Parts: sequence; structure tokens; C-alpha cells
Amino acid sequence: MKKKEMIAMLLAGGQGSRLGVLTIKKAKPAVAFGGKYTIIDFPMSNCINSGDDTVGVLTQYEPLSLNRHIGIGIPWDLDRRSGGVTILAPHVRGEQGEWYTGTANAIFQNIDYLNAHNPEYILILSGDHVYKMDYSKMLDFHKKKRCDATIAVREVPMEEANRFGIMNTRKDDSVYDFEEKPQSPKSNLASMGIYIFSWAKLRAALIADDKIHSDSDFGKHIIPMMLAEGQVMYAYRFNDYWKDVGAIDSYWVANMDLIKTLPDFNLYDDFWKIYTDADHQPPQYTGADADVRASLLSEGCEIYGSVYNSVLGPDVFVDEGAVVRDSIIMQNCRIGRNTLVERAIIDEDSRVGEGVVIGQGENIPNEAKPQIYSTGITVIGDNSSVPDGVSLGKNCVIYGITALEEYESRCLESGKSILHGEGGLV
Amino acid sequence: MKAIGVILAGGNHGHLHELTELRATSAMPVGGCYRALDFSLSSMSNSGINKVAVFTQYNSRSLLDHLSSAKWWDLGRKQGGLFIFSPYLTSKNSFWFRGTADSIFQNITYLKRSNEPYVVIASGNSIYKMDFNEVIHYHYRKDADVTIVYRQAPDGEDLRKYGVMEFDAFERVTDLEEKPLEPQSDLISMGIYVISRTLLIKLLETIQSEERYDLVKDIFIRYRKKLRIYGYRFNGYWRAINSVKSYFDCNMDFLRKEVRDLFTKNEPFIETKPKDEPPGKYNMGAQAKDALVGSGSIINGYIEHSVLFRKVFTSENSVIRNSVVMEGSYIGNGCVVENAILDKEVVLSDGKQICGAPDNPIIIAKSAVL
Repeated sequence: MKKKEMIAMLLAGGQGSRLGVLTIKKAKPAVAFGGKYTIIDFPMSNCINSGDDTVGVLTQYEPLSLNRHIGIGIPWDLDRRSGGVTILAPHVRGEQGEWYTGTANAIFQNIDYLNAHNPEYILILSGDHVYKMDYSKMLDFHKKKRCDATIAVREVPMEEANRFGIMNTRKDDSVYDFEEKPQSPKSNLASMGIYIFSWAKLRAALIADDKIHSDSDFGKHIIPMMLAEGQVMYAYRFNDYWKDVGAIDSYWVANMDLIKTLPDFNLYDDFWKIYTDADHQPPQYTGADADVRASLLSEGCEIYGSVYNSVLGPDVFVDEGAVVRDSIIMQNCRIGRNTLVERAIIDEDSRVGEGVVIGQGENIPNEAKPQIYSTGITVIGDNSSVPDGVSLGKNCVIYGITALEEYESRCLESGKSILHGEGGLV
Repeated sequence: MKAIGVILAGGNHGHLHELTELRATSAMPVGGCYRALDFSLSSMSNSGINKVAVFTQYNSRSLLDHLSSAKWWDLGRKQGGLFIFSPYLTSKNSFWFRGTADSIFQNITYLKRSNEPYVVIASGNSIYKMDFNEVIHYHYRKDADVTIVYRQAPDGEDLRKYGVMEFDAFERVTDLEEKPLEPQSDLISMGIYVISRTLLIKLLETIQSEERYDLVKDIFIRYRKKLRIYGYRFNGYWRAINSVKSYFDCNMDFLRKEVRDLFTKNEPFIETKPKDEPPGKYNMGAQAKDALVGSGSIINGYIEHSVLFRKVFTSENSVIRNSVVMEGSYIGNGCVVENAILDKEVVLSDGKQICGAPDNPIIIAKSAVL
């Protein structure tokens, strides 16, 4: 096998439970973002744009959607004879199999994959963030500083530092201490969950830690252990756009960020394109009476109504007289005639009937899951439907095909939910 | 029944003026994201034809760029796949392709090294979607030597630009005239043919020895009584790009829902080389009425009844009406574009007015800066 200098291992197994019904049928990295993309497209595109053509994608939770999306890696030019993309799912080994129990454990369980390539360096990524980063520059830094491990960090406001893994560094950015969510943080350099390790060093650490912790984790175990052994570790500062889109509100805000006339995050960069799997890419159509402003429309949309301040995925149909405002509508949804959608997230392949009103009323947090749905955003899951002529309040959640009888006097008040099938479990 | 494909993409239509100065007609951008060739190529691939040859001659650079990978049409194969034939020099031969039949003859090994019984021949500048299996089955049922796909000419079409056909009651061709001065019917050839591979090889070798080089004139017309030539009637959407007007109208057709549905919503889709542009961005000042806008475009102005390709930027207070604007063009502040075709990467500085006549759109050549 042709030797690769660096291999990327992309941790894409997380559920992302704070995204509520959006992650019932798919892992968080498979959630759509910015209209046509999915979250995992960002680290995947960063890899190929950085010149890293060997990527292992570690899946666990609901992998079907991710597997289908990634395929053999064609959209990212990762269909290679040597290297390319490999989906690494938990598997049976010897007598028994086990799930990935921690971030480092997942890498440890794929040690054979890495040994086969035997790279000099290994890049650990997560599939949870939206950002553009040149990993080759981070690798240059890693080599220049003669590191055993390099950890990408960003400065966060000091008062928020207790929510992150914090790197305590010396003046030259060498790390002497790592604290996970410290009560009284000594620094505001937060780990981004992006690491480069010299593979020989990491391999030794993974093997050693596996004997101690069955749920081996980079932040909790591997990094403290390497620091205790006196290995050379540096913080690599990254100050460009980087967003965790792990909760309903932050997900909504990050999408809305893209609408600004000059967005902080530029998708229109010819030399750092973000690639995604698209069946085909026909243009979008706006009808003679359509009014579309301050919005993103993806390929194949057909708009006959009005769309303001919203992000629409591919093949969304908005019928005459409908108004969509401050909302995210994903691939292949249909919004019926004279329907009003305000501050809503509607997941793929869903139907909203005619004359429906969504997002009006008092801002009452969701009764069942106030910690997930409390910012006034109503969420409709994938393959769901809302019948003609009903109204939904704020922080409502719909999952599955709903019928008129389920809406008491044609109304679902703020904070209420109708959940069918797997929706009831989340 | 298995077939191999031949797409004749060598033509360069003088009638398209500046638009085909730098590209073959089959590389003309169509419908906001396609090139004309995509329609024949996708129809072949979608009909299960896994071995397709594209014959090019004039200005093939943009066509070759478009075909740099065959995987978008599922033709990146070990067995079969996509072949591209351009004219080449040998010690015995220093000709360009002297005609459509000659272009195939010069690459006759493509036919000889295949074992599929049929050859489907199509042109690269027609906009349509067809299941060639149905044509091949028809050809087989009729026990035809050649099947020519034909249709009724659209109302008002100048028949003198087409091959005009006459049939008997069984749809056997009784007469075929190329670009006749006095057309005898309104049934026109679509330039799509099915013929058995061995018969095609024999005919090509025969006419080559007589120094004849044209598929239509020297085979189909000359042999129209000798061979059993049948017509297969096609009633779906079809347009040949053979004039500025037909090119303009064809793009405007995509503003009709049934045309968009045919090509972009109903499977099988027409495939093209992906460009991975971000979603279209409509800013506060945008007003897009009856408009197709390609991905990666940023809209700040007014657009009405127009087709914009990818990565077009329109500034505030600009107006685009009844026009086709190709990839990468920039429309400055306060510009007015009406009844126009802007080729790729045109830059209009602030306040420019580009206005053609409704039935005679003005053409702005590729990369022009005004």
C-alpha cells in the first residue's frame, strides 16, 4: 500500500441529541446545513482541500444516511485507488464485538486500518462543526514545533470557558495542562476537538490506555496521559469562523448567518469549495408572483410564494400565496398554498398542507423537552406532514404523518408536540 | 437488446454567430446548468447504453473540459464507457473528418471491437429526453435496416433546415430529402438513427471506397429505396439548436413548468458535470419574477422572464428582462439587459444598457467587458 503522510479519522458516530427530532433517523454529521450541504461536508471538504486524500469515517449512531451520503467519496474526489474514504463501523472482533465507547476507543478499535496505511501523522476530526480550515498548515506547525501532539484551539470569552476543554499553555503556546470544563478556568484557549498526533506516539498511548480505560477518550485520558509522560504538545490557534451547530438555537443562528449580505462564513470561495453529494443540480425557479429576499435557495427549488430571511434546501416547493419567514426548510419539502411558516425548521421530505399557520403565539417552551426547544422555533421532523388548515404555535414539535383529528380545534398550542413512531423516543 | 452509442458532436453552426466562435454547438450552455450534449449523453446512459463514442471536430476544448470525467453519466467504466474521437494525423491520412460518415469510418475499430448488435446514432445539439430501448425494440419488430426517429415539425418552423421525410402506411420511409427547397411534408428527422452494427460497418466501407462521406446524404438518402428504412415517431419535447432564435427559445422553454419537470424533476434526470456551487443567494434588493437562477449566483437586482446560469452576480438597481445570462457574468449597478444573450463571463460596468429586439436578441460575446 502506498504510504500516506497523514490520515484523517473523522468521528461521525454521535447522535447530537440536542438537535431533537432532527437526529432521529440520522447522526448529527448527516444533518443538513446551509441549504444543500450536510454538516460532515465541511470537514470532508477541508480534508481534500488540504491535500489529505485518505479519510476514515467512524460511524455508529444511525449510519445509513451517512453511508449513502458518502458512498465511495465521489463528490469530494475521494474515490481513489489508494486511500480515499473508508467507512469504519463498529465490528465484531474475535469472540465478541463492541460499540465505540469513547473517542480514543473508536480510533483504538481501528488500529488495523491505521497500521495498514502506517502514516507518519494522524489527524483526528469531529463531524460536528461548520468551518473552513487548512489542515496542511496545522501539520506544518506540528512538524516545525517537533510536536508529538498538536491541538487546535480558539479563544472563547473567559466567562464561557467553563463549558469547554481548556488548554493551559506557556508563552510559546506549548501545553502544560488540560482541563475539561474547569470550574475556574486559567485560560480561554478552548480545544476544537481537532488533533494531529505523530502516529507512533498515539499508537503507543492508545494501546496503553486501553488497558486502563474501557471508554478511552482523547480529552479525558489520552491527552492528560501524554502530558504526564512529558510529550511535546502545542496549541495551534485558529481564529476564523468555527461554529458548533449542536443545538436547535445555534443551528438556526448559524444557518441565518449565511443570509447576511456579507456573511462571516463565505461559501462562495472558488479555491476552498465545499463539496456535497447532489443527485443533479438544476437551477432554482421563482414564479411570476414569487418574492424572494434575503434568502438562500438551493438547486431545483420552485417558489411561487414569498420567502424572506430563510434557507431552503434542494427541490423545495413553495406554493402560491405561501409565506416562509425566518425558517430553515430542508430538501424536498412542500409548503402548501396560503400557508404561513415563521421561525420553523422543517426536515427533509415533509409536507405542510394548505392554509396552515406555523409559529404564531406565545413563546412557551416545549412541555416535554424544554431544554431542547425553548427559543420559539417550531421543528417538524423528516418525512412528516401537517394537514390543511391547522395552526401551530411556537416550540412545537411534529414527527410523522399527522391528521386533522390530532389537532384540538385545528390548533396545536405553543410548546405542544405530536410525535409518532420513533419520534416518541426522543 | 444491447447497443453502442455514437454522438455526432463535431458540428459548429455558423448560424449561432459569436456564440459558437469558441465552442462546438454541442457545448452550448442550456437551461441554466446543462450543455447541449448532456441530453443525448444522458439519454444513452439512462437507456442502458454503456459504451458511447462522442465525435468532435471544431473547437472541442470546452467540450473536452466538460467530458474530462465520464463518471457523471455513469460512463466511467472498465468495460465500454466513454470514447472521444477527434481527427488525427497518420502517415496515410491527414484529413479532417470529411463528413459524418467519414468521422465514424476513420474510427471504425470502435464499431469492429464491439459485439453489441445495434448502434444508436444521435446528434449532440438536440434538447430532448428519450428511451432508446423503445426505438431499438421498434427497429427489431419492424425488421428494419435503419430506423430514423422523426417528429412533426413545430408550427412555423423553417422546414428547409431539416431532413424532411415521407412514409407509407406502415411508417416505412418512402422519401427523405435533406434541407429541401420545397418540403413535401412537415415530418422531420431528429437526427437519431438505429442501425445494426454490422450493416453500418458494411455501408461505411462501401461509401468510403466511392469517396462519399456523409451519413444522411450518402447512406440514408442514397439507399432509401434499397434499405428498409422505418420512421419512429417521437412526440415529446425536442428542440435542435441550429439558430440564435432556437437557442434562445430553448432556454426560455425551461421557464415552463412542464419542461423543467421533464428534465429535472422526473427520473431519469439529465446529468451534467457538477460544479459544486453554493446555493443561490437572493439579497434584500432581489426581485426574481419568472426566473431561473443557477447555483452560486448572487442576486441584488430585478429579473424577469430570464434564465441565469451559475455564478452570475447582479448588482442593485439592475434590470434583466427576457434574456439569457451565462455562467460567471457580472451585471453592474443600474444596468439594463433586455432581449439579450450574454455569453460566459461578460462584465457589464455600472449603468450599461444592452437591449435587443424581442424576436432578435442581441449577443454579447464571451468574456466581453463593456
